[in-house]
Amino acid sequence: MALHVDIRKDLGDFTLQARFETGAGVTGILGASGCGKSMTLGCIAGVIKPDAGRIELDSMVLFDSERGINQSPQKRQVGLLFQNYALFPNMTVRQNLMTGLRAREKDRRRAKQQINEMMERFRLTGLEKHRPCQLSGGQQQRAALARILLSRPRLLMLDEPFSALDGYLRWNLELELSDVLKGFGGSTLFVSHSRDEIYRLCDRVCVMDQGKSGPVIPVKQLFEAPMSRAAAVLSGCKNYSRARSAGERKVLALDWGVMLEYEGEVPEALCWVGVRSHYLVPVPASEKYRKNTFRCQVLRVVEDVFSMVILLRPEAGDSAYAEEQADVLLRAEMTKEFWEGFLRREDPAQGLWLHIEPKDVMLLT
Amino acid sequence: MDWYPLYNSLRIALISSVIVFFAGIGAAYYIAKLHPVLKGFLDVVLTLPLVLPPTVVGYFLLVLFGPKRPFGAWFLEHFNTRLVMTWYSGIFAASVVAFPLMYRTARGAFESFDETLAYSGQTLGLGNVYIFWRIRMPACRQGILAGTVLAFARALGEYGATSMIAGYTPGRTATISTTVYQLWRTDNDALAFRWVLVNVVISAVVLLAVNLLERRDRKQGGHPG
Repeated sequence: MALHVDIRKDLGDFTLQARFETGAGVTGILGASGCGKSMTLGCIAGVIKPDAGRIELDSMVLFDSERGINQSPQKRQVGLLFQNYALFPNMTVRQNLMTGLRAREKDRRRAKQQINEMMERFRLTGLEKHRPCQLSGGQQQRAALARILLSRPRLLMLDEPFSALDGYLRWNLELELSDVLKGFGGSTLFVSHSRDEIYRLCDRVCVMDQGKSGPVIPVKQLFEAPMSRAAAVLSGCKNYSRARSAGERKVLALDWGVMLEYEGEVPEALCWVGVRSHYLVPVPASEKYRKNTFRCQVLRVVEDVFSMVILLRPEAGDSAYAEEQADVLLRAEMTKEFWEGFLRREDPAQGLWLHIEPKDVMLLT
Repeated sequence: MDWYPLYNSLRIALISSVIVFFAGIGAAYYIAKLHPVLKGFLDVVLTLPLVLPPTVVGYFLLVLFGPKRPFGAWFLEHFNTRLVMTWYSGIFAASVVAFPLMYRTARGAFESFDETLAYSGQTLGLGNVYIFWRIRMPACRQGILAGTVLAFARALGEYGATSMIAGYTPGRTATISTTVYQLWRTDNDALAFRWVLVNVVISAVVLLAVNLLERRDRKQGGHPG
């Protein structure tokens, strides 16, 4: 099971350049809306034609601009679950499922049996005569998935499968989908803008930014060491500073005005450092000479449901480097207990000392 | 009372509705895929009969189909058939005049069609013909139905172009509308009024039927829009 994609499509002010390879299992494509994720799926499915490039699935060429090959979507055996599920509104649930079988099963009795099995597996029994508009969001998704699986695709592609659902429904459906994906033998592409969904459902991930795809990496790696700043933003990291390599294991965070120690080698090509909100730890003023510690002004303290969010401005920060906003804001998050305990011993009105462990410093390009 | 005009009007309207149904849908479907410039041009040409006076349409038809004109002469020579001043000349007139109504409503319906439905059909392995007739057309049926009814009604009421290309020959080319005019012109008010009544009844029945169909459609849980 291998999918090889290397395509380009020019749309005037936007150019899609997708290039990745995946094997068995679930591969996530993570990117903000409008980054070209859906278009990439459309190109693989054959409903959108790339300008140039090559798409290969299990050593069968689906598209090759140089050799003039462009297989019809019908022949590609690629299942695509659309964001809105695309159930046919004029057909009943049973008729919808039948369309998945039409192309490959001519025997009526066997078709009926397979549909019944699928209806049961996806808990649609009793809804045979319903039309899609009479189904709940979750039922629609199950019906659409059942229809696709009946067509026996070699590659399954899911385009933001939870975007049409209420937050409250998502969790259950995600568990269900996770089971379906495990039961599906072929490879799967899962497109989402949610890093959480990708983390829970995918084995590997490829980050897309403004039409360009990054390398395919194990999903754990994305959360441990994001490669680009865009990937870090999508992975939920909220604090950034422009940065410069300052010798072995040392990096200068320009916006924060602090020299940070790092666990490993610091590459020359470094542009940014980032740190997650939970890893910005307030420390008592007595520890101010510790490494990776710097002083900030507290701007606001926001009480969240389960945590405290402190917005801070680094005192030694060089705002000349902060081009995106006049103030470099840091966002530190901690439990309410920690913050209350801290306040009993310290008074942050005159400034707060923040500490970052070397292992929590993320180097970004 | 000679019922020939009713019979003639109905067959002209029915036949031209069928022609316009397929031609309008085909044009709407294929023209939507063309390059914007060509699309704009064809759009103007195909919609022109809607805004031109029917007599101008009749003039164009005569220029094309007249027995001494290129196409009419060619047809007469090869098929020994005259294209003007016969009952079926009315079909040409009614089709051309009714075509824009079908074309434009069908195009509007196709434009609001959710293209992902067609895409998902393709990825499921369904043929394009199946997708067109079993998915696209049912999803657009309200617009298509409205277009067909409008086209039928327009074809039934066609007067200007018909009177030029088919003329008025009682028992041969007379339609309801040309008959009403002739009777009025010859001071036969009473008979003219009867034909007016017939026309009103037919039109009302057609519109009523459409309303009933739409209501049944909604009750069955059909997809709105």
